[in-house]
Amino acid sequence: MKSETRSDPETLRLPAQFDAVLPGYNLDGAYDEMFGADGQVRPEYRELLKAFLEMPSEELQARKRSSDASFMTQGVTFTVYGREEGTERIFPYDLLPRLITGKEWEQIEKGLTQRITALNLFLRDVYHEGKILADGVVPREVIYTCKHFRREMRGLQVPRNIYIAITGTDLLRLKTGEFVVLEDNLRVPSGVSYMLTNRRAMKRTLPKLFLSHRIRPIDHYAQLLLSTLRSLAPEGRPEPTIVLLTPGVYNSAYFEHTYLARQMGVELVQGRDLLVHDNIVYMRTTAGLRRVDVIYRRVDDDFCDPLVFRSDSILGVAGLLNAYRSGNVTLANAFGTGLADDKAIYAWVPEIIRYYLNEDPLLNNVETYHVTDPKKRQHVLENLERMVVKPVGESGGYGMLIGPHSTKEQRDKFKDLIQADPRNFIAQPVLNFSRAPCLVGDSIEPRHVDLRPYILFGDKINIVPGGLTRVALQKGSLVVNSSQGGGSKDTWVLES
Amino acid sequence: MLSRVADSLYWIGRYLERAEHTIRVFDVNLNLMLEGPASKPDARWQRVIYALSVPDNLQDRTLDDLVDAMCFDISNPASIAACIGAARENARQVRDEISTEQWQKLNRLYHSVAEMRGSQSYATVSDLLQTMLDGVHLFEGVTDTTMSHGEGWQFIRAGRYMERSTAIATLLELYYRSPFGDVEGILDSAQYLEWVGLLRSCTAFEAFCTVYTADLTPGRILEFLLLNPLFPHSLRYSVNCLVEALAGMQCEGRRSSSEMLTRRAGRLQASLSFAQIDEILAQDTGGYLRDVLGQCRIIQELTYRLYISYSVDTALAI
Repeated sequence: MKSETRSDPETLRLPAQFDAVLPGYNLDGAYDEMFGADGQVRPEYRELLKAFLEMPSEELQARKRSSDASFMTQGVTFTVYGREEGTERIFPYDLLPRLITGKEWEQIEKGLTQRITALNLFLRDVYHEGKILADGVVPREVIYTCKHFRREMRGLQVPRNIYIAITGTDLLRLKTGEFVVLEDNLRVPSGVSYMLTNRRAMKRTLPKLFLSHRIRPIDHYAQLLLSTLRSLAPEGRPEPTIVLLTPGVYNSAYFEHTYLARQMGVELVQGRDLLVHDNIVYMRTTAGLRRVDVIYRRVDDDFCDPLVFRSDSILGVAGLLNAYRSGNVTLANAFGTGLADDKAIYAWVPEIIRYYLNEDPLLNNVETYHVTDPKKRQHVLENLERMVVKPVGESGGYGMLIGPHSTKEQRDKFKDLIQADPRNFIAQPVLNFSRAPCLVGDSIEPRHVDLRPYILFGDKINIVPGGLTRVALQKGSLVVNSSQGGGSKDTWVLES
Repeated sequence: MLSRVADSLYWIGRYLERAEHTIRVFDVNLNLMLEGPASKPDARWQRVIYALSVPDNLQDRTLDDLVDAMCFDISNPASIAACIGAARENARQVRDEISTEQWQKLNRLYHSVAEMRGSQSYATVSDLLQTMLDGVHLFEGVTDTTMSHGEGWQFIRAGRYMERSTAIATLLELYYRSPFGDVEGILDSAQYLEWVGLLRSCTAFEAFCTVYTADLTPGRILEFLLLNPLFPHSLRYSVNCLVEALAGMQCEGRRSSSEMLTRRAGRLQASLSFAQIDEILAQDTGGYLRDVLGQCRIIQELTYRLYISYSVDTALAI
């Protein structure tokens, strides 16, 4: 299914001057990152488009090959599951950067800072006094039926009261040009290594473009991450030992774990490298046991401590929660943060922001239907082919129904699923989110993109300018997840 | 360095040395089959099977079966492909602790061996074995030239020389147990072939000849493979390197309480440095070799207890 057709009343032709150079480029109802609604190139894209159009196609292809090679030699790959050899592929990468103006970024930055601050206060409140529940702003039932709610976190004092030290929030841009939040990733968001390596590849491949734009740097991310983690160390540990806990080589984000550990200069550990004795976490080294103070964990809650969570997990450390409770080690992120990115809580985030900060949200949510409400459920069930249905506790684009791209059997299956367990699903109208120019073969064509900025929360909130722009590489496709065939591109936040 | 990482590096060293040894022993014995006066090929394969610790169920197989089982069958843990696969799996775990060159060479070796399976026939197997051997040598070369000679490198080396020491001692012990083990004086042609086979299995034939000329006697061969200080595949040389690697680790780590390990390793080294071949021959030679193997096992155990699998209580007591 293609979302763009020439007969679409909303289809807009570009001015004639682009006919020859951008033959495949049509505008439709979606916001176009490069062209304004009047068909004129947006000012920030002018230099970029000119540079690309002036470049002979052979040279463009040569640059593309050279950037691919640089990803391969840097080992920026992800593992494709299900093959015995453990094939490694590079994450598809688009050469045309996505531009965000300084002014747009300022709005995003403010909005995200507000949202993350509020969500953190929410977690602190829910796991302590529960004022927001007592005041009836968020129904208790939604909290206690959430599978990411961790009873074990009740009353646990976390350093600096920070639950969500590292997050990545997915933003979309609507037809009006407004950025909205699609989802918050408050557990173990990934992809930041692609943001960093994309930039590096871009600098090597098209250095001249950097000279003609004033781009805000992102290379200090690893350093910011390290100082964020350091600022969360338990008290009385002035020189904390920080480690990155990975599930191991079979995890699809293993490359990112090794990359970040190397960039920060900290040990990359697996569960079996750690042990807990007298509520203190140690790692086994050839020079004896070494105390660990801060764990940047890339392992889900469920697998972190077999004594409390899933007892069949061998990826975690027995006794970790007790060490955490005793205040002898810091975990980033805390356990139970999945509560606040549950898709059912999502609808309450604007209320949560108003409740704690007494401000109106700067970034809006996407319209969301709770199918627990019988009226809304009826509406969703009747309009399933125009809806995106998501299970509340999943991430990565798994287990979704995308209405317009679904078959009747799939829709019937989801109807049954929704009716059987309405708490487990939400529905959103299909969004025609923004498209950015991409290099497709020899020509430049628009593809749908989202944006995932990474937010670090230590002694203060830091957001490196930009983030990961993910691209739905299939023409007309709305799915950007890397596990579902998406790609990515460099994201430039311009100084002005 | 994390203990897990040290463990993986040690076994990369051991598994690749084992692969190399297996390739050589297998190749030499395939060759002997061609020239030998058909005298007891079964006994020879028995010996090969024992020397390489192949599971018993490989006996009474055709030669092609044996080639497949020894070279390519990854369900046989002693096969060349399984050793290389195990080394690669360990390398994958510590991908960021070894150099890119090391990883690429090992990965390429692994994939090329996997591709060889099925294409092999008895006629070409020698070529394939040579290609594998080149791959292993290449890895050893880049290990020495591209990896920092720090603690991690010492663990790879320790693994390599531990494996080599035990492989040589096992092989010698087998030859001394065999019917031609206690011949005196000049060897007949069949015996000659067998003993040359032993030397070739340790790449030692040429080096032996430059020291002793081609006058082969079991005593001289034993002296050369046990006590020669300069030849890389002699037991003495291997133990020297092993002790060096252990001392290197100790310098790197901050540990000093390895007195037991130092004493044990030093004792084995000294006993080989000052041994007299006629004394070894006068006593129970097989017993002597088995004792060396036992000492190697103890050294490995002590190394593990010190660096890798130490108990939490002892570690906390320090």
